Amino acid sequence: MTDATSSLPRRAAKKPSRLAMLTTRFAENRLAVFGLFLVVLAILAALFAPWIAPQNPFDLATLDIFDSMLPPGSTGSENGLHYLLGTDAQGRDVFSSILYGLRTSLIVAFSSVGFSMGIGLVAGLSAAYFGGALDAILMRIVDIQLSFPAILVALVLLAILGQGVDKVILALIIAQWPYFARTARSAALVERNREYILAVRCLNLSAPRIIARHLLPNCLPPLIVIALIDLASSIAIEATLSFLGVGVPVTKPSLGMLISNGFEFLMSGSYWISLFPGFALALVIMGINLAGDHLRDILNPRNS
Amino acid sequence: MTQTPHLALVPGTAPAAAPAPETPVILEIEGLTKSFISTPGLGGHIANLFGAGIKRQEVRAVSGVDLSVKTGEIVGIVGESGCGKSTVARMLAGISNPTGGEIRYRGKARSKMTRAEREDFALSIQMIFQDPYASLNPRMRVRDIIGEAAVVHGYVTRAEMPAYVEDLMTRVGLAPDMADRFPHQFSGGQRQRIGIARALALKPDVLICDESVAALDVSIQAQVLNLFMDLRDSLGLTYLFISHNLGVVEHISDRVVIMYLGRVVESAPTEELYARPHHPYTRLLMDHLPTLSVERRTHRPIAGDLPSPLDPPPGCPFNPRCPLATDRCRSERPALREVTPGHISACHFDDTSSAEIR
Repeated sequence: MTDATSSLPRRAAKKPSRLAMLTTRFAENRLAVFGLFLVVLAILAALFAPWIAPQNPFDLATLDIFDSMLPPGSTGSENGLHYLLGTDAQGRDVFSSILYGLRTSLIVAFSSVGFSMGIGLVAGLSAAYFGGALDAILMRIVDIQLSFPAILVALVLLAILGQGVDKVILALIIAQWPYFARTARSAALVERNREYILAVRCLNLSAPRIIARHLLPNCLPPLIVIALIDLASSIAIEATLSFLGVGVPVTKPSLGMLISNGFEFLMSGSYWISLFPGFALALVIMGINLAGDHLRDILNPRNS
Repeated sequence: MTQTPHLALVPGTAPAAAPAPETPVILEIEGLTKSFISTPGLGGHIANLFGAGIKRQEVRAVSGVDLSVKTGEIVGIVGESGCGKSTVARMLAGISNPTGGEIRYRGKARSKMTRAEREDFALSIQMIFQDPYASLNPRMRVRDIIGEAAVVHGYVTRAEMPAYVEDLMTRVGLAPDMADRFPHQFSGGQRQRIGIARALALKPDVLICDESVAALDVSIQAQVLNLFMDLRDSLGLTYLFISHNLGVVEHISDRVVIMYLGRVVESAPTEELYARPHHPYTRLLMDHLPTLSVERRTHRPIAGDLPSPLDPPPGCPFNPRCPLATDRCRSERPALREVTPGHISACHFDDTSSAEIR
C-alpha cells in the first residue's frame, strides 16, 4: 500500500515566491515604477549630498555674498562655481541647499514614521488581542487624537516643545501613531479570531509571543501601505511647520524652510529660491504616493 | 515508526476494542456552562434615557453539560450548528473560560490546580481544528508551526527540534523533507496532518477534534480518520470527536453524546445509540441519515428552526419541534435519566417504552 500523501505531485514547490509575484505585479504599472524611481533618487541624493553638491551651503567660508540672488545658470564671480538653480539672498547655491534640505526632510520623515509605526503596532495589536479595558482606553485616546488633524496636533506640540529637528520628530510621532494603532487594531481583530491564533493559544504560548510571532506578520501588509502614505504626509507636515517657522531651526533647513526663505522674494521676480525646493518637495511626495497607491492595490487581497 | 494510513474505510465498522468499564476517567466535566452577556454599555445607557430600551442580554451557549471521558475512549459529540458543541471543546482546550461548572482532569478540579498543574493540563489537551486552510499560520514554515511550542515548553532544545519535527511528520504520514515549506504549498489533507503533528508535538493525552474532517474530501476524510485510530493505538490517546456527521461519528466513536441547544439530550455507547435511539431528536437525526437503500422513503424535515438561545423555550428545549410534544413538555424540562445501563436520555417519554411511541 502506498502512502498517498507523500507520493502526491510536488508541483506546489515550483510556484514563484510571494515576493517575486508582488515584484512582477508592481512592475506592471509604469507610473508606480516612476514613483519608486523618484523616491530612490531622492534617498540617494540625500545620502550622497556632500559628494554631489557643488557647495556646502552651511559652510560660511564657501559662501560669497557678492553671488547672492543670482538667477539659474549663473556662474560665480570669484569662485567660478556654476549655480545650476541660482542662489539665494545669502549667496547659497539653491541646488546644494535642496540636496541638504532633502536630508533633513527625509531624516524627519523616516524616523517619525518608524517610531510611530512601532508605537502604533504595539498599541493596536495589544488592544485587539487583549480587548476589554485596555482596548477601550487605548482606542478612546486614539479617537480623541484622530478628531484633530495631525498638523494641528503637531503645531500645538511644537508650540510647547520649541524648535529643533528632534522636537519635530517627536511631535510627528505623537501626531501620527494613532493612524497606525487604528489600522493595526482593525487588521488584528480579523486575524485574532482565525483558527491559527486559536490553535497557538491552545499550545499555551505566551501572549507577547503570539502577538509578535503570529499576529504581527499577518497584520503587516496594510501597515506597510499606511507607512508609505504617512511618509509622504510626514514630509508635507514637516515642510508646512518649517514654512510656518515652528519646525526645524535655520541652521538645519529642510525643504519647507527653503521655500519659506525664498517666499519674500517671490513677488520681486527671484522665483528660483522658492520654486525649485517646491518642485523637489512635490516630486518626492508624488513619488511616494504613486508607489504607495499601487502597492496598496496589489496588497489588497480582494484585487488579487 | 511510520504509521501508514489505511486507504479503505469500511462504513459502519465499530471500533474493535471498546475500553473495559474499569478504565480510569481522564476527563470529567460537571455542570459546565458558558454564557455570553451583552450589557448596554455607556452609549446604550444614554440611548435608554431616550427610551431605546436596550436591555442586558444573556446567551447561554452551553448550560450545564456533564460528561466523563475514560482513558483511551473516543467520545463523539453530535449536534446541529449552534448547539454548543464547539464551545464545550474550546472550554476544554482552554481557549475560552467557562462561566460555570467544573472541569476535572485525572480527578483534579481545574479551579484547585496550581499554576504549574494548570499549564500541564493545558498542554495535555490539544485540539485539531476544522478548517485546515485557516488553522495554520500562513507566514510560518511547517517546521516552526509544528516545533515552536515544543521548544518554548522545553520538550526539546532548538537544536533537536528539526529531528523531532521530522519524526512527527513521518508519524502523521508527511514526507519529512517538506518541513521547509509554507502551508499554502500543501493540500487540505496534508495541512490537516500538519495540524495533527502540531498537536502531537506536546505529547497530549486528549485530542479534541472539532469538526476535524468536515472540510476535507470524503476520500481524505477516511485517511485522516484512520490516522486518528492508528494514533490512538500507538500513543494511547483519548479523543473527543465533535461532528455533525453521524456516519463519521458512528465509524470512530465508542460512545456518542447528542447535544441540543447547549444541553446533552442523550448519550449511549455507539452501537446501542444507533440501534436504539431514545430521544425524539436523536431519532429524527437517525431518520435522516443518508443510506444507499433504494427503498422509497418519506422525507419529513425536522419542523422549525433551532430556537434562539437568547430566548429558549420553556420546558423541554426541543418541544417546539418535537412531533411528540405534550403540555408537560412545554412546561417542565425533562432531566437526564438512565434508560438502560450506560444509556441516558432527557425526555418525558423515557418512562414509556420506546416501542410504544415509535
